[in-house]
Order: sequence, then structure tokens, then C-alpha cells
Amino acid sequence: MTALLNVDVLLDDLERNLRRVLQEREVDRPALIGIRTGGVWLADILHKRLGLDEPFGELDISFYRDDFSRIGLNPKVRPSHLPFETEDRHIVLIDDVIMSGRTIRAAMNEIFDYGRPASVILATLIDLGARELPIQPDVVGQSLALKASERVKLQGPDPLSVEVRKADVTSEGA
Amino acid sequence: MMTTEESARALQLTPDGQLRHFLTLDGLDQSLLTQILDTADSFIEVGERRIKKVPLLRGRTVVNLFFESSTRTRSTFELAAKRLSADVLNLDISTSATSKGESLSDTLLNLEAMASDMFVVRHSRSGAPHFIAESVTPGVAIINAGDGRHAHPTQAMLDMLTIRQHKQRFDGLKVAIVGDILHSRVARSQIRALNTLGAEEVRVIGPSTLLPRDVESLGCRVEYDLKAGLKDIDVIIMLRLQRERMEGALLPSEREFYKVYGLNTDKLAYAKPDAIVMHPGPINRGVEIESAVADGPQSVILNQVTNGIAIRMAVMSMAMSGQLAQRAATEAEARV
Amino acid sequence: MSAENPMIRIENARLLDPVSGKETQASVLVENGRISGIGAAADQATPDQIVDAAGAVLSPGFIDLYCNLREPGNGQKGSIATETRAAAKGGYTTVCAAPDSSPVNDSTAITHLILDVAERDSAIRVLPLGAATKGLAGEHLSDMVGLTTAGCVALSNGSAPLVNARVLRRCMAYARTFNVALMLQPQNRSLAADGFAHDGLITTRLGLMGIPEVAETAAVMEMILLAEETGVRLHLSQLSSARSVTMIAEAQQRGVSVTADVAIHHLLFTEAALAGFDSRFHVQPPLRSEADRLGLIEGVRTGVVSAIVSQHQPHDPAAKRAPLGDSEPGLSTIESVLSLGLMLVERDEMSLSQLLRALTVGPASVLGLSEPAIEVGAAADFCLIDPRAEWQPSEAALLSIGKHAPVLNQPLKGGVVSTWCEGRQVFPAKAS
Repeated sequence: MTALLNVDVLLDDLERNLRRVLQEREVDRPALIGIRTGGVWLADILHKRLGLDEPFGELDISFYRDDFSRIGLNPKVRPSHLPFETEDRHIVLIDDVIMSGRTIRAAMNEIFDYGRPASVILATLIDLGARELPIQPDVVGQSLALKASERVKLQGPDPLSVEVRKADVTSEGA
Repeated sequence: MMTTEESARALQLTPDGQLRHFLTLDGLDQSLLTQILDTADSFIEVGERRIKKVPLLRGRTVVNLFFESSTRTRSTFELAAKRLSADVLNLDISTSATSKGESLSDTLLNLEAMASDMFVVRHSRSGAPHFIAESVTPGVAIINAGDGRHAHPTQAMLDMLTIRQHKQRFDGLKVAIVGDILHSRVARSQIRALNTLGAEEVRVIGPSTLLPRDVESLGCRVEYDLKAGLKDIDVIIMLRLQRERMEGALLPSEREFYKVYGLNTDKLAYAKPDAIVMHPGPINRGVEIESAVADGPQSVILNQVTNGIAIRMAVMSMAMSGQLAQRAATEAEARV
Repeated sequence: MSAENPMIRIENARLLDPVSGKETQASVLVENGRISGIGAAADQATPDQIVDAAGAVLSPGFIDLYCNLREPGNGQKGSIATETRAAAKGGYTTVCAAPDSSPVNDSTAITHLILDVAERDSAIRVLPLGAATKGLAGEHLSDMVGLTTAGCVALSNGSAPLVNARVLRRCMAYARTFNVALMLQPQNRSLAADGFAHDGLITTRLGLMGIPEVAETAAVMEMILLAEETGVRLHLSQLSSARSVTMIAEAQQRGVSVTADVAIHHLLFTEAALAGFDSRFHVQPPLRSEADRLGLIEGVRTGVVSAIVSQHQPHDPAAKRAPLGDSEPGLSTIESVLSLGLMLVERDEMSLSQLLRALTVGPASVLGLSEPAIEVGAAADFCLIDPRAEWQPSEAALLSIGKHAPVLNQPLKGGVVSTWCEGRQVFPAKAS
């Protein structure tokens, strides 16, 4: 059984919240980085909506995961691609769903290997709570409280949709 | 009785098909070789960062076991392991234990007791890494860094990565391998890789004394004449010629070899105009190849060094991944 | 061998005559180390012991022309006691001890030592082979007259080629003078060089050092021509190629005094056995192609190759626990020869009587021994075979110190039920 969330509403909320945070922090030229795969789709959309000239970056965190010894290396790892210098830049790090916070920990470690950014703003479309690390998003499309048996999944990139479904497969905490 | 293919597969892969040792390209299919190349692409990107290091093998110990010394190959393996955050121990065994009469298996058992996770092995005997993987240290990932005349799979894969970067594909490609095929572990692995990845044709070019018997059975065609052999060729791989070949009556002289099989600008013109020239190094200028060609626009010899580190990072992380999966499975079984 | 000699009757066995292939069912009576009655005569006797051999084949005891007993030696690889016990389990009543013991059997002292230890430790007959050259180095002739007088039945070069044709020619001429038989493993030293596997598909694939077929055929041709010239009694040991069989057949037709044998593993395995770098199958001469295997079998069938040998080479585990090219050559075969041979029989590659002929009558004729047969007055050297019995070679099951049998931890058909040498049961060994 699946339920669809209205993705357009979520995206509008995400964009509005992001604009507000950027304004509050006086960031006028943010560098966008999406985490594969869902985060990259969202970075693409936000990049267009914000009307940025500079291309956005794509991050593949496979080499930084903390569960290598349990699940091994992702066989479909692809190169990360950051088409800009990160040193002293204000970064907007974008992912589809945040839960445990482990993906974001890995992503931040990776970003720092490129240089020392001025700041990192974290934007996620959905926040599921259930954090295992002290990491909080700055910008969220919507917070959801799922039942233990439910999972959320971003489908895309075109059209983009968000499904909440009964767990039949165990997915790792995002 | 198992074929070469079956036994290589059984030894190198976990029951669910993950790499756990990297000994030979025998028994590995196209999708696995492609996965190695793709993973290496990601590591090439890592090498372009300010900090060229990822934490995959943090806390793991990699031992470089070189029973035959090779500073160059050992350095790339060492750098690859360090960029994966592993602790690296370099043992030049050619000058230590085994020359004091300790047997290979005794040496290895001692090292295993030091809680090593991976051995990178170079040995002058064909099959030595197989032997180590099979009978000495089952819990340690073995990476073959060149064994006798048998295989040098990381070298062959880095050559494949170079070819893919320049030609984007393997199907339809015609590749010539020139020189001493008989003694070359690199050539054997290259022929295998090119066949698995779907190259249209592999030609080996050299005199009869430097070709193994029934060499066609490896999946290649034989040409004795360099000019005729280079016709329609997309990729030329020149092999290193060892000086001692002159002593065993395999060749009359370096000068004659260069005259007949050395690659110079004139002969290069017989290949396709966009053909690339490769050499696993170290190069003997004026023996296998003319300097003008080695340093010329069609040469991709320097590229090969960068790719070497990335390929080794890919293979090491994949093999470690497979070993860890297997350890987890064994532990789970033990709990049941 | 003790004086205690009970009268024994073997009942219900099928007696197989390896020469005619004829099978009869009759009782056999054994007295004073000899067969004293067959059929009615045996049935009427009142023996001390009756052995019911229902379902078993009774064959003359096997004779091995080439078996490494590893004594003298350091004991790690085996001894006359352990390896003759293993041989008895394999159905053998006579084994020729290969000369490459340590030290090499190139002196009467070593020959006497082997015979003395055998007298004490072996329940079966041990016939020493002397070294044809000093230290088996292939250069200087050994004391051939001394060695044969001391008890060597023939002289052999082990698996080390003579250095050149001149030494070979003189070796033959000298042996001919004293009517000493030469058993030579043919291999051209410089063509074999540092190879250890058949130069063919597997060496090309795995990058192993090859020994070309011509390393053997060139040596066979050279030896045949020199034997023809010198008139020596030449026996070619452990052939590996089909081409050699053809050349020997032709020489035999021409009247050259040349015989030959083949090791059991060359009849069953090919170069493919090395596909996974299995050091057990590092043998000398190397296992060659399937065509060679078939040619060697044909040689046994036609009798051009008159004997199958075990070429038993027991080792301590460490000798084989090394990369292929660094391991020591040889298989531990003597307990498996019969079962491996029966695999050939089952596949119709040879008949049972052809197999048994090559294990009994064939080798006896090479050594000039009287023809083994199950007949009244013959020595009571025989074994009882159950072709359907299954056994599994394993570290525990093998009596030899060498645990590197060609088939391991898999069931094999054809067991030796018991072996009898000079009328005494030598396998299974009786508690003394």
C-alpha cells in the first residue's frame, strides 16, 4: 500500500525556506551540492528555481560510508563531481530524506576533502526524525513521523514523486 | 577436474560473486571488469582533490610482499593503499626470510599472525599468489602484483582504463601487442582482458622464439611482420624486452630486434591515424620504441601512471569488501 | 620371512590368467610359499586355514618396475617399512626400488643396506635398481658389475638425463658387455631445461615453464639408435608422449632390444590437471595432451608398452606445499594404481586382462623373472581383488607417508582384499 505526498507543495516549501535562510545569512552566491541520487534531482530543481549561473555539484558518498565493513563497497559508485572550488564558499548541501544523519556525516567529510568551505547549509525535502547523530537540517520541505512499518521513497527525476509505503524491503536509514 | 576458468572463479569470488582475491582475469566476466573500471573512474576523481584520501580501509593492514623487487609497482600499490587510509607494511622478501631458508608458507603464516587484512604479492613463480590464497592464508585478501609469466592483472586493467579513456569503448577495437609475449605476464592478462571486454581483434606480433606454443588458444592472431600487423590497428601495446633474452639464443641482438620489431614513426604510420601507443614501462628507448614515438602525440604512456593508482585502489577496496562480506557470512553461520 | 608356514585354501575366487585372459573358478591351495594344488586337488586337502574369496578375482601379485621407497633417506618422505606396507595394500608383491634415494644407490654398500632393511622391514620382495651413473649426475659410469653382483636387477638414471650422447653411448656399451639391463627415462636435458610442465595449452595459459614433447621424442630416437648400435638391453621408463610409442613400436619390429613402461597417472590424466596450479600433478615427465594419453593407452593394449609402473614418489607435505614450480615432482600412487587402472577398464579403454598383464607378466619379462601365473608349483605371490568394492583415498586411509594421491577424498572403485607373498598374507597386515 502506498500513499503519495504532493511533491509540488513540498518543493515550494523547500524553496521558500531555503531563500529565507540564505537571506538571513546574507548568502548571495551559494554553491549547491546534491547527494546522489535523490539529492541531485532536488539540487537540479533548486538550481533552476534560484536561477544560479554556476553549475551545481554532485556527491557520491560511497567511499565515506561508515558501514563499509558491513555492507561493502557500492558496486555502482560513480565519480563525485564538484565543478567549483569549495574553499571559503557557502555550500548548500541537498538530500532527499534525512533520518539517522549518517549520510550527511559522510557527505560533510567528503566536502571537506575538497577544501574548507565558509559554511554549509543543509536542505532536505523530508525530515523523518529518528536521528542517530547530532545533525539537523537548516531547511526542510516537510517533517514526517512514520510508523515503524513505513518507508518513504523519492522517485524521479521526471516526474518527481514521494511515496510512503509499507516496508517490504529494509532500506538503510538516510 | 576443474578448468582454469572454473578454478580461478571459485578462488577469486565469494559464493555471491563478489571479488575477494584478485589473482588473474581468468574466471572474471565482463560486468566485473567493467565494475573495476567504473570504480577506478571514481578514484581518479578522488586523486584530483586537495586531500586525495578516502577512509575505506581505515584500520586495515596491507602488506606488500615483494619476492621479486620492483620499486615502481610497489610504490603505486603503497600509494593506493595509503589513499584508502590503510596501514601499509613493505616487506622486501627477496632479501629476507626465504633466502634464510624459511619456506614461503612459514613466512606467510607469521605475517597472517600479525593480523594482516591484505597481501599484495609479487613473485617470480607463476601461480604463487594462487598458492597463497588457496593454501596459506584463507582469511586474507590476496592481490597479484605480478607472478612469473602468468598474470599481472592490475597492470592489464590500468591499460584497459587508458584504452577506455581514449577510445570510449572496446567493441570494434583492434589491438596489437608487440614483442616478447612468451615471458610476459602483462601480455597474458591484456589478451584476456581485451577478449572479455569485447575487443574485436587482438594481434600478437613478434618472432617465434618469443611466442608461446599455441598462443592463438589465448584468443589472438599471430603476425610476424610489424608493418602488416599494424594495419587497421587502434591500439598498439609495446612490451619491454629483457636483456637476458639475448643470452638464451632467443634473439640475435637488440639492434636486430629494434630493426624488425621496434616501433618508429615510419612503422606507426601503418596503424590507424588515431591509434594510441602504450607501454607498461619501464621503456627501453631504441630497443622497443623510438623516443619520437614514446614522447609523441599518439603516446599515452604517462597517463598510465595515474590510472595505475586508481585501478589499484579499486581492486583493493573491492577485494576487501568481498573479504568482509565473507567474514560476516562466516560469523553469521557460526552463530546459527 | 619366518618358517611358520600354514597350509591355506583360497575358495570361490575367479582365477584370472593375464596372458590368455581366461577366467576359471577354482580353489587354490597354498603350502610352503608355493601353490600346491588347484581345483579338485585343493578341495580334497585339509588346510590349516580357509579363505572365502567369493566375488574376488585372484591375480598374480603386482610387480612395480619403479617405486621410490625413500630409504636410505631422512625418513620424512617415507621408509622401506612404510612404503612396502603401502605397496602390499596396492596388491604388489615385488617392487623395484628407484635409485634416487639419499644417498643415491650407486654403490654396493647402499645396495646391501637396501636389501638388509628390506629383509627386516618388508613383507614383500624389494629389488634394488642401481644408479647407471655416479650420483645420478649423468657423467661418470657407476660400478655396474659391482652393483648387479650386490643385487641390483637393472641400472637406471632415475629421472635425471645423462649429460650427452657420448656418455649415453658408453654407458650402453659398458652395460652390454656384462649383459646389464638399462632402464632409462628418456629426456633431452637441454630441451627440457628448467621446464616442469608439458609445453602446450596449459603452460601457455598459466605461464609455466614448458618441457616440449620433442625433449622426450628426440631422446627416445637417440636412445633407440644407440641401443641398436651397442646391442644393450634397453628399457625406456615412464613415457609421456604418443609419438614415443610409435617410434618404439617401429624399433621393436626392426628387432631392436627395447621395451618400455608408462606410469599409471599418464594413462589417466593430462596437462589439464594443472589448470588450477595443483602441485600434486607436478610430475616428471610431465602429463601431456589427451592425444598423448590415448597413444600411451594404445601402447599398453598392443603390448609395445609392456608395463604400467606406479612411479610412486611419496613426499612430506611441505615438499608439495609451495608454488607449482617450486614443489617437488611426483605423486603418491602405489595404493591407487589398481583402482585407477580399473577406471580405464570401466571406460573400455583397456581390458582387465590387459591391465593385469601390464602389472604382472609385462614387468616380470622386463626383469627376466619367470612368468607370473596361478599354477601348481608357482610362487604363491598373488592378490585378491574386489573390482566393485569402494574405498576413499584420504590422509587417514593412505598407508604411505605421501598423502598426495591423484584422487583424494572421492570414492574409488576396486579394492585389494588381500595380498599374499610367498604364501603369507602381507595385506591386511596381521598383528604379529
